[in-house]
Amino acid sequence: MSGGADSIVQFDNVGLRYGTDREVLSDISFTLYPGSFYFLTGASGAGKTSMLRLLYLAQRPTRGAIRMFGHDLITQPRKALPEFRRRIGTVFQDFRLVPHLSAFDNVALPLRITGMRESEIAKPVNDMLEWVGLDHRAHARPATLSGGEQQRVAIARAVIARPEILVADEPTGNVDPEMAVKLLRLFEALNSLGTTVVVATHDVHLLRKVPDSLIMRLDKGKLSDPTGALRYPPKRENIGREARV
Amino acid sequence: MMAARSPMRRTALGGSASRMLPQARIAGPMPWVIAIMIALTVMAASAGLALNNVATNARAEISGGITVQVVEGAPASRERQVERALSFFAQRDDVASMRRVPDEELAALVEPWLGEVANETEAVPTPALIDVRLSGPLTAERLREMRSELVRMVPAARLDAQAGWLAPVFDAIRSLQYLAMGLIALLALTSVAAVWLAARSALGSNRDTIEVIHHLGGTDGQIARIFQRSIGIDAALGGVAGLALGLGAIFVLGQQFADLGSGLVGGGTLGLRDWLVIGFVPLFGVILAMLTARLTVISALRRML
Repeated sequence: MSGGADSIVQFDNVGLRYGTDREVLSDISFTLYPGSFYFLTGASGAGKTSMLRLLYLAQRPTRGAIRMFGHDLITQPRKALPEFRRRIGTVFQDFRLVPHLSAFDNVALPLRITGMRESEIAKPVNDMLEWVGLDHRAHARPATLSGGEQQRVAIARAVIARPEILVADEPTGNVDPEMAVKLLRLFEALNSLGTTVVVATHDVHLLRKVPDSLIMRLDKGKLSDPTGALRYPPKRENIGREARV
Repeated sequence: MMAARSPMRRTALGGSASRMLPQARIAGPMPWVIAIMIALTVMAASAGLALNNVATNARAEISGGITVQVVEGAPASRERQVERALSFFAQRDDVASMRRVPDEELAALVEPWLGEVANETEAVPTPALIDVRLSGPLTAERLREMRSELVRMVPAARLDAQAGWLAPVFDAIRSLQYLAMGLIALLALTSVAAVWLAARSALGSNRDTIEVIHHLGGTDGQIARIFQRSIGIDAALGGVAGLALGLGAIFVLGQQFADLGSGLVGGGTLGLRDWLVIGFVPLFGVILAMLTARLTVISALRRML
């Protein structure tokens, strides 16, 4: 598989099927680069969530090859995967906050998983809650938070450990347009710090809000490339990186 | 704003994160199930240990012990033969001690069956008894040789090893000990099954939380430790309650047996080593429960990517 040495994710002829059904993803090949902002679009059932599950390592493909952070993930033993997962931040469509933990403890969870000392956790978590505008709700349980607040806690949890890739599944699906724009600004700020961002959405209006974003479109499990972001040579001047479909 | 990544370390999820599984504690059935198991195990273990002490003490007491009966109806002849038997044993180097059982003691032994008439030695002739203790173990060959020598000198003598007529009692004690061990093994298996079911149930009801920790990079070991901790707390609470219940039962039974005043039962008193073993039962229960929880959770997690 080719692809720049600085690529962060490479998919090569990846296919995915569940059980004996037909493939939900077919012949997926693309390369993602550090510090880029990608939108993954497509109608409902196009395979966006399946693609994201491959990206956040909830699923192995049934065929093809995936390289991530310079490692072949297909041959990695299961016990090596947690280390890769810690380098990926995930915002789930349904937030998946731990119901018995406060907003603070939910955001602190990735840091505790990495073994950070309790004395070192409070400051970054409080800063992060302030960043998403929830410092006043630090001790609230998820059930007492609104949908938008839960979404922001989920985002704070996804980025607290400074992931190299942020994968977000319909992160604005449960919030009003104003909050959606605010959340996108959060992603852009994170992206400006060097994190590769992949946002799955079926909201075409959202794509215009991030002018420098690159678009991957999924249609019935096949990947197309409307902005040329994934082609080689790239269509857009500002991409300036090796990529191919 | 954002924390720097740290290399993967094997850690427990400390602080509040370790409480992410709701702990049923006393309200849930698990501590009580464990308490009952521990109480039964404590009782079975103490019964097994007491029986072991009974057998050990009795063996030590009768090891090398022989009983000589001089079965002769005529009192004068009986007395002569008893004298010859005493003299026979007095000349031997391998006799540590010997004692003729006094007539009053014999009469007291048979009085429950014969009544007051047992005191009239002439009315109901009873054999004379000599209790002999040999130095060193009593083998079958040694007993045979001694018996034939004695009978040549004392024709009315009947010589028996005390261990011989207590053999069925020892067999019964051994069977009871096996029964106690079997009960302990069954209780341990039942405890493992109960913890396995509880861990499976907890896994099912906390699947979403587990998946989140898994996706955030939590290792199987970290997730298993959350369950271990939860089950360990339940098991510790149950273990303490079970130990208290078990000790209460031992105390009551001990009082009952002490009132019997039997020499054999008196040999079953528990020693310091026995109490230590009993004290370790709850600890063993906690370790077993935590190990079962860990293996159950890790085995279930291995089905996830």
